[in-house]
Amino acid sequence: MTTDVAITTAVAQQFPSTTPRASLDCPAFNVPAAEALALLQYLRDAQGYDFLMDLTAVDWSAEQSPRFTVVWHLYSSTKHCYVRVAAACPADADPAMPTATGLWAGADWHERETYDMLGIKFTGHPDLRRILMWDGYPYFPLRKEFPLAGLPTEMSDAEINEEIKVGVISAPMAGGPFVATPGEPMSEAEPRAKDEAWNEKKEKPE
Amino acid sequence: MVTANPELTYNSKIEGDIVVTRVDAAINWVRTNSMWPMPMGLACCAIELMAVAASRFDIARFGAEVMRFSPRQADCMIVAGTVTYKMAPVVRRIYDQMASPKWVIAMGACASSGGMYRSYATLQGVDRIIPVDVYVSGCPPRPEALLDALMKLQGKVKKERSFSKLLSA
Ligand code: SF4
Repeated sequence: MTTDVAITTAVAQQFPSTTPRASLDCPAFNVPAAEALALLQYLRDAQGYDFLMDLTAVDWSAEQSPRFTVVWHLYSSTKHCYVRVAAACPADADPAMPTATGLWAGADWHERETYDMLGIKFTGHPDLRRILMWDGYPYFPLRKEFPLAGLPTEMSDAEINEEIKVGVISAPMAGGPFVATPGEPMSEAEPRAKDEAWNEKKEKPE
Repeated sequence: MVTANPELTYNSKIEGDIVVTRVDAAINWVRTNSMWPMPMGLACCAIELMAVAASRFDIARFGAEVMRFSPRQADCMIVAGTVTYKMAPVVRRIYDQMASPKWVIAMGACASSGGMYRSYATLQGVDRIIPVDVYVSGCPPRPEALLDALMKLQGKVKKERSFSKLLSA
């Protein structure tokens, strides 16, 4: 992977409101949400960053403001290098960001996933439905306050709920989380509870 | 005792062609040897389920090779894989659509207990939504383990009071 050194000055000249963003790999910029699309379009049309590699978001936790940052990763198929663009959502409670589906059709599913997991609404998205969790699921699982074990709620189908009378339960996390360690013999590397501070036999300390 | 139809009583001409059995045994014999599985292949375990049907393991030896993708024609649901909460109502609906009598095999750690997926998205054992007859351990279980489960299920079906159940149903 090569690094596009000229892009930093080009973006700084074209968009004075951007600031460089600390990054270990490729050039990265912070941009105000209102100018995000313009910057993406400039990178795509004038700088050859024609491929949207990824679109996701960061939750900095409820104490932080701005709480949510949307991140775009772009790749140039001519220069063979990447840039990263990040924009903070102006609202913390009901975060929103303009959609990039107008620039890349491929943004569609990425934005639906980001909406599903973090609850960021992409304004102008043609079909902003949940994609991994079911319609009507009341939580956003990748938010910082959401527990790994989940929260009890209803299942998606009212008729089936009536029949089986158990909703969604929190997963028993005794001894968990269950993680694999790479680089060990297979028998050692399989997912297991590394933290045995509490388990089925020993009560969880409150 | 006088019977109107002598054919129904002892007839030396047909001696040897009559098998006397109990209705339960006859019904159970039919059911055990023609289990038609509903393959509920939801994740990696489903690959092992496919291997069971292939020539090396050959589930046809047990009369259970007729994988039906229509619930109306299946009587043994094999839940092979991770059941997510999004999928759970669908699994239950398909189970409901299967004709009675029906049995369920939970294949693998995921279907039996949620497996390693202790997370918000995974149903912690398919027995929360449907009654399970046989659990198969392993992640994934070897195909032989599934065949063993099938034989265990056949053993269970053989012991059922099927005739009295039919009458009371
Ligand atoms: S038990 Fe293991 S192999 Fe089977 S579905 Fe779960 S993770 Fe996959």
